[in-house]
Amino acid sequence: MPLTDLPETPSQTAGPYIHIGTMPRLAGFTPYEAELGRAIAGPNCPGARVTIEGHVLDGTGAPCRDMLIEVWQADPNGIYAHPEDPRRADLAKDFTGFARIATDFDTGTFRIETVKPGRVPGRHGRAQTPHLNLWLVARGVNIGLSTRMYFDDEDNHDDPLLGMVEPPARRETLIAAPKSESRYTFDIHLQGPQETVFLDI
Amino acid sequence: MIAEYHQRDRRMHPPALTPDYKTTVMRSPRLPLLSVENSLSEISGPTFSHAALGPRDNDLILNHTGEAAIGERTIVHGRVLDENGRPVPNALLEVWQVNAGGRYRHVKDGYLAPLDPNFGGCGRCLTDSEGNYHFRTVKPGAYPFRNYSNSWRMAHIHFSIFGAGLAQRLITQMYFEGDPLRAQDPIAQTIPDDTALERLVAPLDLNASVPLDCLAYRFDIVLRGRRQTLFENKLEGA
Repeated sequence: MPLTDLPETPSQTAGPYIHIGTMPRLAGFTPYEAELGRAIAGPNCPGARVTIEGHVLDGTGAPCRDMLIEVWQADPNGIYAHPEDPRRADLAKDFTGFARIATDFDTGTFRIETVKPGRVPGRHGRAQTPHLNLWLVARGVNIGLSTRMYFDDEDNHDDPLLGMVEPPARRETLIAAPKSESRYTFDIHLQGPQETVFLDI
Repeated sequence: MIAEYHQRDRRMHPPALTPDYKTTVMRSPRLPLLSVENSLSEISGPTFSHAALGPRDNDLILNHTGEAAIGERTIVHGRVLDENGRPVPNALLEVWQVNAGGRYRHVKDGYLAPLDPNFGGCGRCLTDSEGNYHFRTVKPGAYPFRNYSNSWRMAHIHFSIFGAGLAQRLITQMYFEGDPLRAQDPIAQTIPDDTALERLVAPLDLNASVPLDCLAYRFDIVLRGRRQTLFENKLEGA
């Protein structure tokens, strides 16, 4: 047990109506001048534009139509828009690295439009291959689920996190498949034989 | 040098699978989480500034139409601290809730209690340099939900909190002191340790109330803290 003074506040599910607090236009009203997390990269951001589409599937294989996915990623040079990134002064222009993506209320599809991130410095001198950090919350999810998405057309063989995944066949659950140029498919399985690797960060 | 976060003590949190809250049964991962050491990817995270927020964003009584919402006028305030007891400045808090009758303003909510035309049900604010926050709302009503045939939610306000990095990201719910539904609310009861649940219950704070106007409740939030670095453990390239 960590030696700390105060225990962390316990998590509770975000419930089915998380859109009210985070993306109210989807709930049916527009209280804010600007919602947060509208775009990872604006039109003036350099880099390779990519689109990722997929579903979040429950244990019966059905798509979850009320899921919120938060995306956090580095810019095309592997720099995070964060004060603790020592290279932040060189952050790409028109880049936030953050978006909120809701699965479609009817189909359950999600779509992430972004620029491909660069390699990010890792521990022990090992670079991490390009990835998106994802955090999933919804009704029936008691504590937010962390995972990552890598790109199949990158050289992922020496990524330190992927290398820890056992058995190796499960690494595929973190890798988006190219569908056509600049388009990828990525499904997240909450449970079942293809259960996605979720992370305790 | 970048300081890592303390490992999350998951015994304080609800497990993924809690069958009495039925929706978790098909949405809970069954394999162990992969524990990863913090890298820049986990230590970083989105940060927000006052420029992104509007002046009425933390006033749910007025922020929907400018006319007052119906219900028990309530201030909710507190501090955001980390596990080491240090304030977390500039934390973004987003809240959402039902109106005083128990109805959400959401295209998917069909509960028979009516909408209040002057209540939207969402708000947001940033903590100050000492970790303090406050907002004003009406006390949310209890409402039924489809779980067992007569399951009810105790009155609650949803909180989404961004600290300094992804490792601190948290969504939770605040409850009110003295709620009679607590012992049978299947969602509150997903927390296995009743003393942990107690930390989500905001006590009445009469000293923070406004006489002849508004009651107050106090809700302090604790996010993960950072390790005190006794040994060099540098993130390479950082």
